[in-house]
Amino acid sequence: MIDKRIYIWQRLSALVMIPLVIGHLAVMIYAIKGGLSVAEILGRTQDSIVWLLFYGSFVLAVSVHAALGLGVISAEWLSLKPRMAAYLSLAIGLVLLAMGSHAIWAVTFATP
Amino acid sequence: MSTPEEKQTEPDMLEVSIHRGGDGKPSTIQLYHVPRQDNQTVLDIVSHIQHYIDPTLSYRFACRVGMCGSCAMMVNNEPRWTCRTHIDRVVENNKIEIAPLRNLPVVKDLVPDLDPFFDKWTKAEARHHPSATRHQPMHLQSPDTPERKRADANIECINCAVCYAACDTVTKQPDYLGPAALQRAWTLLNDAKDADKQAIWKAVSGSDGCHNCHSIGSCAHYCPNELNPMVAIAGLKQQTIRQAFSLTSLLEKFETK
Amino acid sequence: MIQEYSAKQTTQQQHTHALKRGQPLKFAFILHRLSGLLLALFLPAHFWVLSLVISDTDRLTLFLEVTQLPIVKLAETILVSLLAVHFFGGLRLMAFESFSWPSHQKTTAAAALSMAIFIAMLFFLRTI
Repeated sequence: MIDKRIYIWQRLSALVMIPLVIGHLAVMIYAIKGGLSVAEILGRTQDSIVWLLFYGSFVLAVSVHAALGLGVISAEWLSLKPRMAAYLSLAIGLVLLAMGSHAIWAVTFATP
Repeated sequence: MSTPEEKQTEPDMLEVSIHRGGDGKPSTIQLYHVPRQDNQTVLDIVSHIQHYIDPTLSYRFACRVGMCGSCAMMVNNEPRWTCRTHIDRVVENNKIEIAPLRNLPVVKDLVPDLDPFFDKWTKAEARHHPSATRHQPMHLQSPDTPERKRADANIECINCAVCYAACDTVTKQPDYLGPAALQRAWTLLNDAKDADKQAIWKAVSGSDGCHNCHSIGSCAHYCPNELNPMVAIAGLKQQTIRQAFSLTSLLEKFETK
Repeated sequence: MIQEYSAKQTTQQQHTHALKRGQPLKFAFILHRLSGLLLALFLPAHFWVLSLVISDTDRLTLFLEVTQLPIVKLAETILVSLLAVHFFGGLRLMAFESFSWPSHQKTTAAAALSMAIFIAMLFFLRTI
């Protein structure tokens, strides 16, 4: 089921996410001490272009990566036909992109 | 009632479960009792059953010395050459289970149909594409070039289908070309004398091709010739990566048709 | 003596037995796939919770208070572990595919898992 294109996009999105995951893990390990509050999260992310770019690219890459991955799993473990798996991937990718973009917009620009 | 001396000379009896079927009949497991010997292979057990107990049992073998790969079967759910499997390595509590090679249709009993395996060989373009005729001077190829070393590392395949039976990706995706065909394609990609490497690469990088491999490595684990198709397939994947990111192919996308 | 009974295993069930012989690379594959699957299923919830900062701040505050509960800290640690496992396993896979060094795959798989456990423990010790 996995042809050149799916393979390259999966590996490419993974490559893009290498520094992003390292950054995310580092932030989580650093920030989790003493619990988390709304003010703390927003204090970091609000109106910050850096975080916007960081998590923006993360959402883009992970939408592609998770969508393709779930498509492959559905074809291999649920025996979905390749066409159906492709549609499923597309749907999942769009949903993740929408939800992720909304979350980023919320923590960057919204005032509680 | 046997005396203690007689009991000592009686051999242990092995309980051999054999998957039978194919030929339009439903699959069943038949239990046979075979005397255990000191120097006995799994092929010896199957032959014993066919010779002395049940002449209707069908199975395949040829050289019986570990050279031809014809006797490959599932022994306790693992694909092996039965002529090279000493029973001490596989029998537990005097029990053993023998089935035809996985991932292949069954002709009868322990005889699989290898047609799908060879069909995929063809589909993978895993055949040599000539670049010269006998009228041209011979191409001198050194065994020391990196290309030739890469090809030689994977060239000793005798098409026994053990790797194919071992591969879980073949089980889940029946159209997947499989480790053996892809490995042979890799050796040809590294063959300086092959004239159509583009055709090979196109054949192996499609939706049934090398990109489905998850590098689980059962092929390398079970190959009786100690080959590593997983590494060959990784090499094929690298061709895709190179093609995807090479400057020439990127420029080609912008060329006006 | 011949006894007959119907085949109790289909060919599909047979493949799981390969695990019992201890194939570390197969275990690595299962870990990678399951961690990816669970992370993908968790993502929508993650995004939704973050969106609450504008739609319902009180709910978010409540959520964040809930995150102090031990069971939630455990769940967070598991999620971080999943990410770490998937990340280091993926790094190993991409390195193998891009540079195809043939030997020592079992060693690198073990190293990847160790790194993931290390990261997970770092997070766990900070969160408790």
